[in-house]
Amino acid sequence: MSALTFTLKYSPAQRVDLSPLVCDQLKELSLAEIAALELYCGKRKLRVDELFTLSGDDAQNIVIKNSNDKLDYIGKDLQNGTISVEGDAGAYLGMGLQGGTINVSGNVGIYAACEMKKGYLEISGNAGDLLGAALPGNKMGMKGGTILVKGNVGERAGDHMRRGNILIEGNAGDYCGSRMTAGTIAVMGQTGRFLGYAMRRGTLLLWNQPTLSASFNDCGTHTLAFLPMLFRSFKSLNSKFADSSVAFNRVRRFGGDMAEMGRGEVLVKI
Amino acid sequence: MIINGVSIDATFAEAFPMKATRAIITAQNEKWAMISAQAMTGFATSVIACGCEAGIERVLDPSETPDGRPGVSIMIFAMGAKGLAKQLETRAGQCVLTSPTSALFAGIDGGKRIPLGKNLRYFGDGFQIAKLINGKRYWRIPVMDGEFLTEATTGQVDAVGGGNFLVLAESQPQALAACEAAIEEMRKIPNVIMPFPGGVVRSGSKVGSKYKTLNASTNDAFCPTLKGMTKTDCSPEIESVMEIVIDGLTKEDIDRAMRVGIQAVCDLGAANGIKRISAGNYGGKLGPFHFHLQEIMA
Repeated sequence: MSALTFTLKYSPAQRVDLSPLVCDQLKELSLAEIAALELYCGKRKLRVDELFTLSGDDAQNIVIKNSNDKLDYIGKDLQNGTISVEGDAGAYLGMGLQGGTINVSGNVGIYAACEMKKGYLEISGNAGDLLGAALPGNKMGMKGGTILVKGNVGERAGDHMRRGNILIEGNAGDYCGSRMTAGTIAVMGQTGRFLGYAMRRGTLLLWNQPTLSASFNDCGTHTLAFLPMLFRSFKSLNSKFADSSVAFNRVRRFGGDMAEMGRGEVLVKI
Repeated sequence: MIINGVSIDATFAEAFPMKATRAIITAQNEKWAMISAQAMTGFATSVIACGCEAGIERVLDPSETPDGRPGVSIMIFAMGAKGLAKQLETRAGQCVLTSPTSALFAGIDGGKRIPLGKNLRYFGDGFQIAKLINGKRYWRIPVMDGEFLTEATTGQVDAVGGGNFLVLAESQPQALAACEAAIEEMRKIPNVIMPFPGGVVRSGSKVGSKYKTLNASTNDAFCPTLKGMTKTDCSPEIESVMEIVIDGLTKEDIDRAMRVGIQAVCDLGAANGIKRISAGNYGGKLGPFHFHLQEIMA
């Protein structure tokens, strides 16, 4: 069996909702039936084969080729299987992800992995704002699983995050970890302003000293036993995080946000 | 059956179903892991009065422990699941949480999950932090020497308790030397503990007593000083009897431990004053697990 491959024929004028094209919903369908599925493109509906050239038959292993930032909701509510995106992805990539794996070779738009529950998302490029966040009006963002971003992320990564890991090899924008309830966000690069704004609990793990607001208090330097275990859990990743030379267990600990519950922590490598 | 001049009785040890769990204690160095493990498995020789039977299974290399530090594996056995959970939690709270630099992890991944650090977290008074790493939940509890790291739960499994054999010797030093040799070999066997002091018990008991308030009393048949006063099991040359009790995760684990233990005793042989190997049982009516000495040594 070869991967079920969708090759984008042209860049659509409007945004396209790709949420029907997930492994669980396609596994019982023939190639012809998949080709006849309808996708929303702006206010119109298009057949899948109007947008894509189809090949392959393994619905558990989906490849989207020539992908661009007009393709939204890729892998929405995915439960199992793998989706590989060759190119960029639009907004809401992996929204509500419940299992399985999504790989993106390019950049992704806003709200990637928002309200994700389980599974693994790897982004080789940059991610937009609100990575792993809650949808507007909702109180719970990412609830589990792991997100790896090899590039930079936009603002409010992990907003309202509840559980899971967000690993960022590059830089994070402003308000990283804002309103976090729990979970771990690790940033190897630089972080922006208002780090951990209104975070209640959770861990922000940093390689570089951030600019912290006055509502984060210095708790001193420490050797923390859980850190080697956390780093060891990244060993299988295709990432700098898997490299034992980047791991550490000596940190300076800042507690906050004292303007909120104040049980969160910012751990900075020393 | 006679091995190296040591007579192996045609009898059997009788053992009972128990519930068991294993925990891994780590610390800055082996010394402190062992101190914590000894405290956690202290006063746990017999379920008769201790509530559980516990012991150190073995020392762990840093490469074998979850946090990469030196560690010790301990096992706890109890008659019921509820009692086991209570003993585990109170001992973890008083003996490991309190021990400098310690961390506590599950030693059994399968089985029913019972709390390890799940409730100890409340000691953190709201400052405790949960971390889910590789699907396992850990608690970081702030303490005065830094942080106490503990896994939330460990596994509880069905097990076997009360495997035993008796070493009958011509003198007390010879009985003890034989038991020490046996324990040294038996500690190399995984999944078993010998819960009595140093692994050896000198006060084996029988069921019942002339005193109504006691349900166990001295095993007078194997007390050498009573040879002329009771229905004895000691021949005239026997001056000392010691027992080794074994709890294990399975019957096969106890089989293996008994075999290497009895073999070590027999290796010393009659030349070192060891005359007989026997075992304690209740006529086969109480415990479903029977360990026939001659079958084990065949």
